[in-house]
Amino acid sequence: MNQVGRNIPRLEVRAKVTGRADYTHHLRLPGMLYGKVFRSTVPHGRILSIDTEAARNLPGVHRVVTGADIKKLIPEPYYGPAFHDQPILALDKVRHVGEPVAVVLASDPHIAEQAVQMISAEYEELPAVYDEVAAMQPDILVHDVLRPAGTFADLKHLKGRGGTNVALDYHLRRGDADAAMAKADHVLEHTFKTQQCLHLAFEPFVSVAEPGDNKLTIYTANQSPSFVRIEIARLFGWPENRVRVKVPYLGGGFGGKLYIKLEALVSALSMLVRRPVKIALTMEEQFYMITKHPTTFRIKSGVSKDGRIVARTCQVYWNGGAYADIGPRVAQKSGFTAAGPYDIDNVSVDSYEIYTNRTPAGALRGFGIPQLVWAYESHTDLIARELGIDPVEFRRKNLLRDGRPQASGTVLNDAAIPDVFEAIVARMNWNAPFDRGTGTIRRGRGIAIALKAVISPTTSVAIINISADGSVTLLTGTVDMGQGSDTAYALIVGEVLGVNAEDVRVVHSDTDVTPYDMGTLGSRSLYHMGNAVRLAAEDARAKLRALATEAGLPEGTNYPPVEIFKKRYGMQAGNVIGAATFLPTYSAPDAQGLSTNVTPFWMVGGSGVEVEVDTETGHVRILWLINAADCGKPINPAVARTQLSGAAIMQLGFTLSEAMQLDGGQVTNASLADYKIPGIGDIPPMENELVTAEQHTGPFGAKGLGESGTFGVSPAIANAIHDAVGVRIMELPITAEAVLRALRVKEGRPLDDE
Amino acid sequence: MSAQIINFTLNGEAVSTAIEPHRNLVELLQRFDLLGARESCGQGLCGCCTVLVDDVAVSGCLYFGVWVDGKNVSTVEHLDADGSLSKVQQAFIDCGAFQCGFCTPGFVLMTHQLLKEDPDPSDDDIRHYLAGNLCRCAAYPEIIEAVKRAAKA
Repeated sequence: MNQVGRNIPRLEVRAKVTGRADYTHHLRLPGMLYGKVFRSTVPHGRILSIDTEAARNLPGVHRVVTGADIKKLIPEPYYGPAFHDQPILALDKVRHVGEPVAVVLASDPHIAEQAVQMISAEYEELPAVYDEVAAMQPDILVHDVLRPAGTFADLKHLKGRGGTNVALDYHLRRGDADAAMAKADHVLEHTFKTQQCLHLAFEPFVSVAEPGDNKLTIYTANQSPSFVRIEIARLFGWPENRVRVKVPYLGGGFGGKLYIKLEALVSALSMLVRRPVKIALTMEEQFYMITKHPTTFRIKSGVSKDGRIVARTCQVYWNGGAYADIGPRVAQKSGFTAAGPYDIDNVSVDSYEIYTNRTPAGALRGFGIPQLVWAYESHTDLIARELGIDPVEFRRKNLLRDGRPQASGTVLNDAAIPDVFEAIVARMNWNAPFDRGTGTIRRGRGIAIALKAVISPTTSVAIINISADGSVTLLTGTVDMGQGSDTAYALIVGEVLGVNAEDVRVVHSDTDVTPYDMGTLGSRSLYHMGNAVRLAAEDARAKLRALATEAGLPEGTNYPPVEIFKKRYGMQAGNVIGAATFLPTYSAPDAQGLSTNVTPFWMVGGSGVEVEVDTETGHVRILWLINAADCGKPINPAVARTQLSGAAIMQLGFTLSEAMQLDGGQVTNASLADYKIPGIGDIPPMENELVTAEQHTGPFGAKGLGESGTFGVSPAIANAIHDAVGVRIMELPITAEAVLRALRVKEGRPLDDE
Repeated sequence: MSAQIINFTLNGEAVSTAIEPHRNLVELLQRFDLLGARESCGQGLCGCCTVLVDDVAVSGCLYFGVWVDGKNVSTVEHLDADGSLSKVQQAFIDCGAFQCGFCTPGFVLMTHQLLKEDPDPSDDDIRHYLAGNLCRCAAYPEIIEAVKRAAKA
């Protein structure tokens, strides 16, 4: 029976509906201490003193640890995936409110929490900078020097650079944008902004470290266990095999639980006290861990009078917060698609990752793409309006198609941009008459389409183990956080080996046994690990056939595996191990940011929306939302569709309500009570269409889909609001207040405080 | 604070334990290795810690453990005590009504409560009743389908 393409429930459904699924959140170990974190109350300052005496003396407190203690254990206690800039606990300086300064360890988490309240610190406060554009000026420096990780050749030139907050500047030059702009019939320029928001997985960050005999085991809610192993080994100066990282299911990830979060801290603490240590954050503390970049995007286009975009320049400023995390990669690897899914001969992109005194920013479901799409699809709509061309027609005229080079110079292949776009247009019935409402209730429609390149180059390794009874076990480092990767891989294995997906055992990340994987991120897993899994299964199949030959079984016969093993080993014994590594080809961009092979596959996603705006209140009601994405050939269509839906709803939150509010660097709404995420009452009527194409290099034609549903939602809504009431929202989130203010400005009677 | 002895019924079984008065119901259940109720937001807003006390849903993160003294406590783990899934659990599977699964026990318990009060709820009834449960993976459309499917089962 064919396995790929079956609609099957996730393998772990029973464990999840019965409350028995395994999460790090639940882990308790004998002798375990709980750590609670004392955090900085100032956004930028030199640490003058930390008084831990009262906390130490509280009965039940095992130990209080500061950065100085960590430094005795690890002389260079700085970590991070792109830059080694983040201290395990603050040393000398604090750079954002909420930065960990000290930890209390106790057997009872309530005692640890109480003791944290008894710690005090004195700071010499320094001026702070929060805005990404302001931080381009070196008036206030967050870091004295840049500390790029030595492992990346393309970051080496940044080493030791000082006097700047720009962690990374990325540039792309294709054609001559300035010259083409000068000759264009129309030139339009706009600046768009996005807000700081965050992942808020419902299993908050949690890690446990357990020291052992010449080894350290880390149990953690993390999307990149292989990276954790390598980075912890580097910090301690150990070989990789002294560190074991285990990851069960994740209670949500969304890009938050990537690279290193609490792992370095619990590891250092457990090595200091020689006992298992667990740190589990509260929902409030998640606001001080990792966020989504606020951005400012200046975008300018030159357009011919017949509606062709002839030039586009993009300046993107990414507010990375106090530590780089993966921000430099976001600025760079998403930056090169900043001009959008359009066929433009002259493009220039400048993309800057900037330090500020905010909570660090990393990757959140889209790796920076939603921020870019917000700007370029709002801008594209404004151009169409200015030129008096229908926004669908204008996009149609300019869309990038297979066979044409993207801005990087890489020729587009297997990117169903026109198909996804036309699917949305058709579902919206764009050319039919549309009820625009009357009086104070006005209606409008909007559309948006986007392109993303998967991050490259990255490696995945898979191992297949066929036991002597023929049962199959798969070992991979992919972390299943709800996206259904276990199930997709089981379907791929089943397809190759002729077994039911439900009968395949998928072993979760345990770096003692599961091989390397770059990380579960950026919609890369189904393609990269999916290919590795397929190749490993094919390897196992070939080895099983070889075993049959060794056993003297005639070629071309179809003996069940159990017979082959019995014949070869005289009893039910032995294994067949298949293994494979997948690393796609890649050409690094040149000095102009150009490459002939910049990514192994493209993602395409878009949305269409109908809205109703109340002109008296600014309230926006989503009447209907259609999301579509190129998913290649789906491995498990039912699960794929829920990925599209979930991503779009998450983006609805980032569009309409979610925003971290800052006051003097303090987050003033750090709770679910004050930071509004979508609930069951906020979901509009919605359709989700998987546009089935074929990714010829993907496993059975499939490609990643986890992020594609986020791409078009925000600008489609802004475009629909403009269509309804003629005002343009330039900054996320689109609150009723923002719409009302814009309406009142348009009417010439701005609100009193404007 | 000194521990108090409490006696209560837990998933149909009479139990007794000593617990300090500041510990919440989620912590109490962890002592019995019942992990389906999870503290997430800590404010009674997300519903991940939903537990039934005398057949009324409470937020386990805001409900002191000592308060269950003399009461009847049911957790998600009681639903498949006989080895088979409840019709609500099966409907959640059939409709793909979860992704990461962290909030799922809370939704399942609330759905049982809803269907007990209203065997044939409308979409609006479902949205209203489940407004106190949040799902960051946003499986809401599938959850609504699952509730309706369970109602028909």
